[in-house]
Amino acid sequence: MKRSVVSALGAAGLLVLFGHIALAQAATPDPTAAANSYVNAPFNWEMWFPAAGSPMQARIDWLMQYVLWIMAGVVGFVGILMLYVIVRYRASRNPKPSQVTHNTLIEVIWIVVPVLILAVIIVPSINLIYYQADDSNPYMTVTVTGHQWYWEYNYNSVPGLDYTSYMIPDDQIKPGELRRLSVDHPMVLPVGEKIKFVITSGDVLHGFYLPSLGVQKYAIPGTTLTSWTTITKPGTYFGQCNQICGLDHDAMPIEIKAVPLADYIAWTKAALATYTDNTVPAVPLSSPMPRNQLADATR
Amino acid sequence: MSTTAHDHAHGHEGHAHHKQSFVSRWLMSTNHKDIGTLYITAAFIGACVGGVLSMIMRLQLMYPHNNIVTSGTEWNAIITAHGLIMIFWFVMPALIGGMGNWFVPIMIGAPDMAFPRLNNMSFWFLVAGFVFVMLGLFLGSGTGAGWTLYPPLDNAEYSPGIATDFSLFSIHLVGISSLLGAINFIATILNMRAPGMTMHKMPLFCWAILVTAFLLVLAIPVLAGAVTMLIMDRNFGTSFFEPSGGGDPVLFQHLFWFFGHPEVYIMILPAFGIISHVVSTFSKKPIFGYLGMAYAMVIIGFVGFVVWAHHMFVSAISTDSKIYFEVATLVIAVPTGIKVFSWIATMWGGSIEFKTPMLWAVGFIFLFVIGGATGVVLANASLDQELHNDYFLIAHFHYVLSMGAAFAIFAGFYYWIGKMAGHQYPEFWGKVHFWTFFIGVNLTFFPMHFLGLAGMPRRYPDYADAFAGWNYVSSVGAIISGLSSLVFFYVLYCVFTSKEKLADNYWGEGATTLEWAIPSPAPQHTFEDVPVIR
Repeated sequence: MKRSVVSALGAAGLLVLFGHIALAQAATPDPTAAANSYVNAPFNWEMWFPAAGSPMQARIDWLMQYVLWIMAGVVGFVGILMLYVIVRYRASRNPKPSQVTHNTLIEVIWIVVPVLILAVIIVPSINLIYYQADDSNPYMTVTVTGHQWYWEYNYNSVPGLDYTSYMIPDDQIKPGELRRLSVDHPMVLPVGEKIKFVITSGDVLHGFYLPSLGVQKYAIPGTTLTSWTTITKPGTYFGQCNQICGLDHDAMPIEIKAVPLADYIAWTKAALATYTDNTVPAVPLSSPMPRNQLADATR
Repeated sequence: MSTTAHDHAHGHEGHAHHKQSFVSRWLMSTNHKDIGTLYITAAFIGACVGGVLSMIMRLQLMYPHNNIVTSGTEWNAIITAHGLIMIFWFVMPALIGGMGNWFVPIMIGAPDMAFPRLNNMSFWFLVAGFVFVMLGLFLGSGTGAGWTLYPPLDNAEYSPGIATDFSLFSIHLVGISSLLGAINFIATILNMRAPGMTMHKMPLFCWAILVTAFLLVLAIPVLAGAVTMLIMDRNFGTSFFEPSGGGDPVLFQHLFWFFGHPEVYIMILPAFGIISHVVSTFSKKPIFGYLGMAYAMVIIGFVGFVVWAHHMFVSAISTDSKIYFEVATLVIAVPTGIKVFSWIATMWGGSIEFKTPMLWAVGFIFLFVIGGATGVVLANASLDQELHNDYFLIAHFHYVLSMGAAFAIFAGFYYWIGKMAGHQYPEFWGKVHFWTFFIGVNLTFFPMHFLGLAGMPRRYPDYADAFAGWNYVSSVGAIISGLSSLVFFYVLYCVFTSKEKLADNYWGEGATTLEWAIPSPAPQHTFEDVPVIR
């Protein structure tokens, strides 16, 4: 009897405790929660591009299939020719070799047909180059700066919002995070809006590479390159540094949380309020980087 | 290879005018065959060192979060040395200095190279360069900028220490070596052809070496200039590539690839030449479309100079430049197609014997076509925005180099080793070597296409766990290729311990070039009487 009362009290206590936690979470909603429902990350034994997270990547995906099928046809054709030659003209089956060394018609054909195939590839490819270059009229611009070995995101349209993004070290990975991909402060972006990236570097070359969004540009010190994207669906997207930049080249991934516009605006306010130190820490470039100590408004 | 030396020096060397001491024969050699042997030996050592480095890399990448390579610095030094050594101390000396030196003078009916002492100097610069690149690997924390050596990563601020200087100077040394060799080949081929050996009768391997030599003469000085500027930036306070001093890192990329893209053809054109001879010999047919084959190489060499910025599609480059460089790059597919189809046409109607060299040649053609197909994909600037610098690119250039150039080197080795060493390789073990290597390299590099499509960047010592599966397959393939190399060592052992004598023309009716008209092994001095062609 007494024991059951104690256990009932204990259960009630636990309920109160959990209820309290739930209430606390409800009191400070995470503006980037919408991004957690869909995670666009590489998966084991993947054999194709990531699912397209932007119209740009959808077009790259289409063109890649188009070109790759044409080239697969070429490889298949050459393979069949070779197989035929290997079987039909082996010494045991064809002991007397012909001595033909010229055939003008066939030589013209194997110049003209490849030219036509290339023309068929070039047209949609050039169209896509123009599409990729058109970064006009963005809804917002983020200046991305590569550093050894972290990224810095400066939201040009939100004065004062300029923060750094470090990879979560392997020994601090928590459940739900991806080793070598998750970061402490992801870049938060609105879905459905055109976002322009202005990409540069604070030290050596880096590569700003977002495979699921079809974005890739070098980050070059002393100059800026631009790219753009429009993320179609709320979710978490990943990228990595793709130009050798020193000993932690593999330890500066990019994580993007794409959320509805209202959530994005709520996040900018929260981030401005809680990212108390919005400037990039000035540390000697050759020393080990201290872990970023900013308050984490994104989790 | 030292056993060959022994055989040549003290064995059945009927034509030698006088016995030379080991030192005067091998350290002061002016004989094109001896220098060719030295080059092939150096390439063999380079391949072993570069191969061991690639084994370390694949073992590290076999599992995510692996600890075979202990730091990013160490990793970067390994990948840098792997790239530099495989290009400058394996593929180039094997194809150009090695087989070029051995067979170009013989094929054109010349007694030796035009400048024998220059030839010797060219070889020893290569050795000096190798010493320097190894110092660049082992001194301090090594050179960690990748073989492309892009600044600012390799400037004094981000790569302090003397290792990077050694690597940069090694490029100078190997560049001088290549340049002197190229001048020698041009002079030899243009001036020393036997009477009747017109340019349009010259064997395709000589055409390949001639075009390659012109590419070297035009490209290497640009690289030398760029490397000199890097050395100046590092040591003498200039700022050619320093934004803070008004310089531009992108300038280096332009200069580097102005050399670097012709370099791609410098590595593959001699391979084309070898494949043409092997295909023709074992099909027992003359090469199909000889003139088209020769001028296709000239066109590839020419266009190869005006496509360099396709390596910079995601760097600072304007939209219109992208379109130009994309179209120009795709144009190269046409002469390359001529070559591939002409090889198949040469085999067509032939009476093909699948001896080991022919297996390597057929393997070369098919795998080179795969590498060429992914090259056409990557030439699209719009697709390069997704594929640049990821494993799809690694797969592509290993299909054209690790399978293309390396397969051609093995084809040439098995084709000519009897002529060079005087003893034939064991056919069975040659075929075992081919098939194990074929399976190994395909297993290594085909999965890399998938890793690239999934978005795995290159030059990563550790990767996201999602890339584990294909990386494991790739590493298993690399281990198979590594074991296959042991088979090759056994083949070498058999060749150099063999007592069997060989006929002058051990391939029979299909082998028609001049090297098959002289004894096996080739005498120390060929053509004491000038041969007259037809």
